[in-house]
Amino acid sequence: MSLRELYQEMILDHSKYPRNFGVLTHANHEHVGHNPLCGDKITIYLHEENGVIKAVQFEGSGCAISLASASLMTESIKGKTIAEFEALFSAFHVLVTEGKETIDLGKLDSLRGVSAFPVRVKCATLAWHTLKAALLQDRNPATTE
Amino acid sequence: MIYDAASFSTYRHDFPMMAATNRGKPLVFLDSAASAQKPLAVINAMQQFYSQQYANIHRGIYEISESASHQFEQTRETVRQFIGAKKAEEIIFVSGTTAGINFIANTLSLGSDNRQAFKAGDEVILTEMEHHANIVPWYLLAKRIGIRLRVVPINDEGELDLAVYQSFFNDKTKLVAVSHVSNVLGTINPIKTMAEMAHHHNVPILVDGAQAAPHLPLNVTQLDVDFYTFSAHKLYGPTGIGVLYINERFLHDLPPYQGGGNMIRTVSFDEVTFAKPPHCFEAGTPSIASVIGLHAAINYLSTIGMDNVRAHELELLDYAETQLKSHPEITIYGRAKEKVGLLSFTLGAVHPHDIGTILDHAGIAVRAGHHCAMPLMERFKVPAMVRIAFGIYNNTADIDHFFQACESIKGMFQ
Repeated sequence: MSLRELYQEMILDHSKYPRNFGVLTHANHEHVGHNPLCGDKITIYLHEENGVIKAVQFEGSGCAISLASASLMTESIKGKTIAEFEALFSAFHVLVTEGKETIDLGKLDSLRGVSAFPVRVKCATLAWHTLKAALLQDRNPATTE
Repeated sequence: MIYDAASFSTYRHDFPMMAATNRGKPLVFLDSAASAQKPLAVINAMQQFYSQQYANIHRGIYEISESASHQFEQTRETVRQFIGAKKAEEIIFVSGTTAGINFIANTLSLGSDNRQAFKAGDEVILTEMEHHANIVPWYLLAKRIGIRLRVVPINDEGELDLAVYQSFFNDKTKLVAVSHVSNVLGTINPIKTMAEMAHHHNVPILVDGAQAAPHLPLNVTQLDVDFYTFSAHKLYGPTGIGVLYINERFLHDLPPYQGGGNMIRTVSFDEVTFAKPPHCFEAGTPSIASVIGLHAAINYLSTIGMDNVRAHELELLDYAETQLKSHPEITIYGRAKEKVGLLSFTLGAVHPHDIGTILDHAGIAVRAGHHCAMPLMERFKVPAMVRIAFGIYNNTADIDHFFQACESIKGMFQ
């Protein structure tokens, strides 16, 4: 695997210019996620209505993989139901751990290269774990541990 | 022995891992501060012990057990010489630096006939540059007993503020616990001065020597410390074994730590009498082969000479620092006047984990993260750092590889 396959343009672009970045003022779910291994820390803001993700934003700092994953996630799940989010998370998890695309993941496929670097899976899934915890209204900070 | 770079370079061939690959590329190992690679002398000594001489120690009345016990106790004497202790019984084998620090936290705090136990309000002096191994055991005591932790700050260069250190001493101060060398900043702390200041106030001093023992000539008697601990695995020896030096003035003044076999003289359900130091501090069957491996590691280092090891690593540090001048995007943390051969840094706005992965891809092994020193990351306002650390086997070519890979990081993230 070449380095360019891991750090694709899509990932570099989303890590430098993360989409949906910043506080969401009308959020009704909010959650902090922390990856103690590398110090990545993000907050997910979510506006959910009747089981549908109406709006999602995030802020925080982290490595290129974790920022790009968070940014791409927010783009992919807007307008989706919670069940659809969970199905997407499962498919994304298979992608970054096994390198297999079980359903069409669109731009998220750019994170496939993470599967060759097992220590970086936690970076790629931090935002997803955090969003899941936000939906569950879990009071503890989300972690990838 | 005078340092000679050309003859020193042959030591690299003593380490089989120097021929290994990482991600399909020749391994460039710059992570010795996490754990050092092992010379063939250590690997062979352990293999020979297991295949031809193995038996438990201090128990069997047969020849190979006697011989194993003899080798084990000889290692104690070798360690004594290596660190300049007065007596072999001042050397206690523990599982590593972490175990050594926990040992002192748990025994010293219990008190003895001559000393009061730690109580709420008592103080332990630490520093801002400590590894978690020298923070958490004291935090646990703070939670359990209510002791107070006083933390000596550092300046921007990464040196301790000795005026603040001095000002911390009072009637409640029970102990100073400080690292000899910072695992992040590379700073060599002025232990002799700090010990003098502590003793002036009748306070003992415990030194975490994990990052010092592999890099500096050491003499605990000259430093006049009370406790000194380090791990074998950073000293080119095996994992699972380390040394706790207990100055003889404390040897008969600490309660037993763990109870079990080997540390006793007689046992009944009503009364136990204990063995003499050091055995009263070594319960259970120890990691015997690892002690044999440690012996081989120290013999190996003694052949090279720690002055030579120091000279070699300073030369590499100097070489790297010269290269750094043409890399203004790299920020170094730790500019102390007295340093060992390691550099912690950030590179522009690129996250250390991304740097670590790109270096990994080039075959280069480094540490990227908080280095088990979260308070220090907080101090420098960074979430993480990348560290390169030099050992006996490193050479200037390793450093060249590293800076070449830094160029590709710049290219990718610009």
